[in-house]
Amino acid sequence: MSDFKAPLAKVRGLGSAKEGTHHWWVQRMSGVANIPLTLFVVTSFIGNAGKPYADWVAWLQQPLVAVLMLLFVLNVTWHLRLGLQVFVEDYVHTKMNKIIVMTAITFGTVLLAALGAFSILKIAFGG
Amino acid sequence: MAEFSLPANSKIGKGKTVKAAEGAKNIRKFQVYRWNPDDGENPRMDTYEVDMDSCGPMVLDALIKIKNEMDSTLTFRRSCREGVCGSCAMNIDGKNTLACTRAIEDVKGDVKITPLPHLEVVKDLVPDLTNFYAQYASIKPWMQTQSTTPEKERLQSVEDREKLDGLYECILCACCSTSCPSYWWNGDKYLGPAILLQAYRWIIDSRDEATGDRLDNLEDPFRLYRCHTIMNCANACPKGLNPAKAIAEIKKMMVERKG
Repeated sequence: MSDFKAPLAKVRGLGSAKEGTHHWWVQRMSGVANIPLTLFVVTSFIGNAGKPYADWVAWLQQPLVAVLMLLFVLNVTWHLRLGLQVFVEDYVHTKMNKIIVMTAITFGTVLLAALGAFSILKIAFGG
Repeated sequence: MAEFSLPANSKIGKGKTVKAAEGAKNIRKFQVYRWNPDDGENPRMDTYEVDMDSCGPMVLDALIKIKNEMDSTLTFRRSCREGVCGSCAMNIDGKNTLACTRAIEDVKGDVKITPLPHLEVVKDLVPDLTNFYAQYASIKPWMQTQSTTPEKERLQSVEDREKLDGLYECILCACCSTSCPSYWWNGDKYLGPAILLQAYRWIIDSRDEATGDRLDNLEDPFRLYRCHTIMNCANACPKGLNPAKAIAEIKKMMVERKG
């Protein structure tokens, strides 16, 4: 290294971000919440398999089902957003690339969440 | 941008073979990574045929025998030869460990020896630990207090002293940190298992009064939270310690103080 910067100066860098715990904890909590929500979705889908369209609509129009489906979509996309951020922090090391990829991930997951939520609400409210 | 070509000195060539003395019956082959910063060549794997009838039981014994009797240019660090100094940490048979506590007979086939992974190589088996030591300095590995210095020693209960077991034994050999993929990819910012275990050693010390400051210093997506519990650290540690557990304890304290 020929930049004359002391090793300790490099390690101390820009200092501690004073955050990280919230992200870590929420990732774990959304992961835990995913277990019952995913179980509900998978068992319901298996139970509904083969039924006609009208039955599926009627199923999704039940308030509890609509709410759980909404929570499922929001929780999965939130968890996805947090997980992809970890992936980017691990593997993307160029500052500009990082900003571009993180922006794309945030926009993408928010779009997924909005599309999913809107679709569920549209059916639930009699679309 | 993504790099598609290997960095300089990544390709390891085939090196020379040094035969054992005439009449040697009990021979083991040692393949040793060699790289000399001065000759402009790529690294190579040299093979040494060591007469085991006149060699000690540990890999370090063989390295010393090679340096003494077969090839004095072989460069490696060693000091205590009994697993307390951490100098002879290297990758033996695919695992980071101490050459002085790794028995040759536990290795099947040729004994392959390379430097600790993913560090700059100074020469042969000597890695550059500058960043590792700077990271150690960054966690302030000494006791910090606010209260008036007592006239005698700072007392500690037996129970509190026991909390340091499994931590104080760390010899900073860097076997764990250099076995951690997360440390490979982000070693400039992630402190790695060894340094985090050392940080926890001071966080949990009942006599230290800077616990909050120490946690503040680690509260960072990179310094602490690059640990993804891959557990290579616990697998590699030649002292049988569990850095991943120490890191988990730090994370628990981080959550705890959030309320």
